[in-house]
Amino acid sequence: MRLSWFNVVSLTLGFAFLYIPMVILVIFSFNESKLVTVWAGFSTKWYGELVQNEAFLNAAWVTVKVAVFSSTLATVLGTMAAYVLIRGGRFLGRTLFSGMIYAPLVMPEVITGLSLLLLFIGLGLDRGVLTVVLAHTTFSMCYVSVVVSSRLATFDRSLEEAALDLGCSPMEAFRLVTLPIIAPAVISGWLLAFTLSLDDLVIASFTTGPSATTLPIKIFSAVRLGVSPEINALSTIMIAIVTVGVITASLISKRSLVRQKKDEQQAIRTQ
Amino acid sequence: MRRFVLISVPYLWLLLLFLIPFIIVLKISLSDTALSIPPYAPALDWAEGIGAFLGQLDFENFVWLTEDDLYWKAYLSSLWIALVSTAFTLLFGYPIAYGMARAPEEWRPTLMMLVILPFWTSFLIRVYAWMGILSNEGFLNQLLLWLGIVDTPLTILNTNTAVYIGIVYTYLPFMILPIYAALDRLDGSLIEAAEDLGCSRLLAFWLVTIPLSRNGIVAGCFLVFIPALGEFVIPSLLGGSGTLMIGKVLWEEFFSNRDWPVASAVAVVLLLILVIPIVLFQRNQQKQAEAEQ
Repeated sequence: MRLSWFNVVSLTLGFAFLYIPMVILVIFSFNESKLVTVWAGFSTKWYGELVQNEAFLNAAWVTVKVAVFSSTLATVLGTMAAYVLIRGGRFLGRTLFSGMIYAPLVMPEVITGLSLLLLFIGLGLDRGVLTVVLAHTTFSMCYVSVVVSSRLATFDRSLEEAALDLGCSPMEAFRLVTLPIIAPAVISGWLLAFTLSLDDLVIASFTTGPSATTLPIKIFSAVRLGVSPEINALSTIMIAIVTVGVITASLISKRSLVRQKKDEQQAIRTQ
Repeated sequence: MRRFVLISVPYLWLLLLFLIPFIIVLKISLSDTALSIPPYAPALDWAEGIGAFLGQLDFENFVWLTEDDLYWKAYLSSLWIALVSTAFTLLFGYPIAYGMARAPEEWRPTLMMLVILPFWTSFLIRVYAWMGILSNEGFLNQLLLWLGIVDTPLTILNTNTAVYIGIVYTYLPFMILPIYAALDRLDGSLIEAAEDLGCSRLLAFWLVTIPLSRNGIVAGCFLVFIPALGEFVIPSLLGGSGTLMIGKVLWEEFFSNRDWPVASAVAVVLLLILVIPIVLFQRNQQKQAEAEQ
C-alpha cells in the first residue's frame, strides 16, 4: 500500500511531536551553562555533579529496591488473581473480586494514595519502604493480572487437561504446562509493574515517610523550583535505560517468534 | 483446599489494601476536623458501641464542598480541561493511528514501538521536558521570536494552555493504540467498495472508516479522559495558580491544609463523578469483546 502525502505528513508531525521534547531534553543535559535554555558549549559536568549527589543516589537506590520487591510480589499475586479469574470457576464474591481487579486501573492516583495512607495510619504502620512496597504491589498486581489473564484466556485448555490425564498433579501441570505458555505474559507483567513502580510519584508521596524518599519524589521537588541541568542529565540516563531495555525486549521477542515459526514449519515438514 | 488458598490470597490482599481503605475514606469524609492525632473525630471506639459512633457522623464536609465555590469550580474546570484535552488528543491521535494502519506492513512493528516507547519513559520526565520548552525564554518562544511570528515572548507555561499541551502529549499513546488496533482490523475492501459505488475518498472515510473504528475511538477517549480528570502532576508543574484541577485541590487540602475530612470528601465526590465514565467504558469494552467472539 502506498502512503498518501497526508499520511506521511501526519506520521512525521506526530512522531516529531512525541520525540522532539525528549531530544531537546537530552541535548541540553550536555550544556555547559546552568541556564537550560541557552546553549553554551558541550560539557558532561552535570553528569559528574549528579554522580556526586548523595541525595539522588540514595533516592535512586530506594526506588529500585521498592520496584524490585513490589513488582515481584505483584507478579505472584497478579498471576494468581488472573488464574482465579479465568480458571477459578464460580465462587462467593467473584463479581466483587473482578471489580477490585479492574477498579485500580482507572482509579485516580490521588484517591488510591490518600486511601492507602489513611489505612496505614489506621493500622499504626510506620511509613517507609514497606508501606510504599505494599501500595505499589496493590495497584500493579491489577495490571499484571490483566496482562496475564488475556494470555490465559486465549490458550488451549486441553493442553492442561492432557497433562492432568497423563498423571500430573494440578501443581505439576501448572508448573510444567501452564507456566511456560504464559511466561511471556508473566514477564511483561513484571516489567510493567516494575516500570509503574519506578514511575510513580503520587501514590509514593502519600504512602512514604521521611526515611524513604523515592526518585520521582526527589525529582518532583527539584523540578517544582524550575528546570535544572542536573535533572536533564538524570532524565537522559533514565531515557537511555528505557530505550535500551525496550529495544532489547522487542528484539528478543522477535527472535523467539521467528524461532517458533521455524519450529512449527519443521514440525509440519516432518509429519 | 489448594483452590481456597489460591483464591483467598489475592482476594484478601485486595480487600485489605483496596476496599477497606475506601471505606476508611468514606468514614473520614463523614467525620469532623479536629485538632488531634489523627486530625479528625470521632475515632472509632468499640467500647462506646457502633451506634454512638455512627451517630456522630454527618454530611457536614459535603455541605461545605457545595458552599465553598473553590470546590465546585475545581470539579467543573477539571471536567472541562479533561474534555477539551481528550478532544485534542483524538484530533492529533487519529491521523497518526490512521497513518500507521496505512503504512507498509514491515514498518508497522517499528512504528508501534515508537508509540509505546514514550509510555515506558517516566511520566514526570515527559512533563518536565515541556517546562523547558514552554517557559518565557523557552525553545518555543525562541523559535517564534526567531521566525518573527511574535515580538514579545508568549506566556504559556503556568497557564491552562500548557496543561492542555501536557495532557495531549503524555496521553497521546493511549489514544493512538486502541484506534490503531481498530483500524488495523478494518477490511480495506469495504473502503474500495464504497469508492467503487461512487463515494469520494473523504466521504468513504466519513461513512465507512470512522464508524468502523468507533470502538477504538471510544476506548481511546475514555483512556485519556478518566485519568486526565484526576491528574495531579501536569497541573502542578505546567499549570499556574489559576489552574484549578481537583487532583491538585485534594493534594493541597491534604498536605498543605492538613484537612483530612475535607480531602476525603473531595475524593468521594471525585469517585462519584468518575463512576459514570468508568461504567460506560466497561460497557464499551464488553460490547467489543462480545463482537469479537
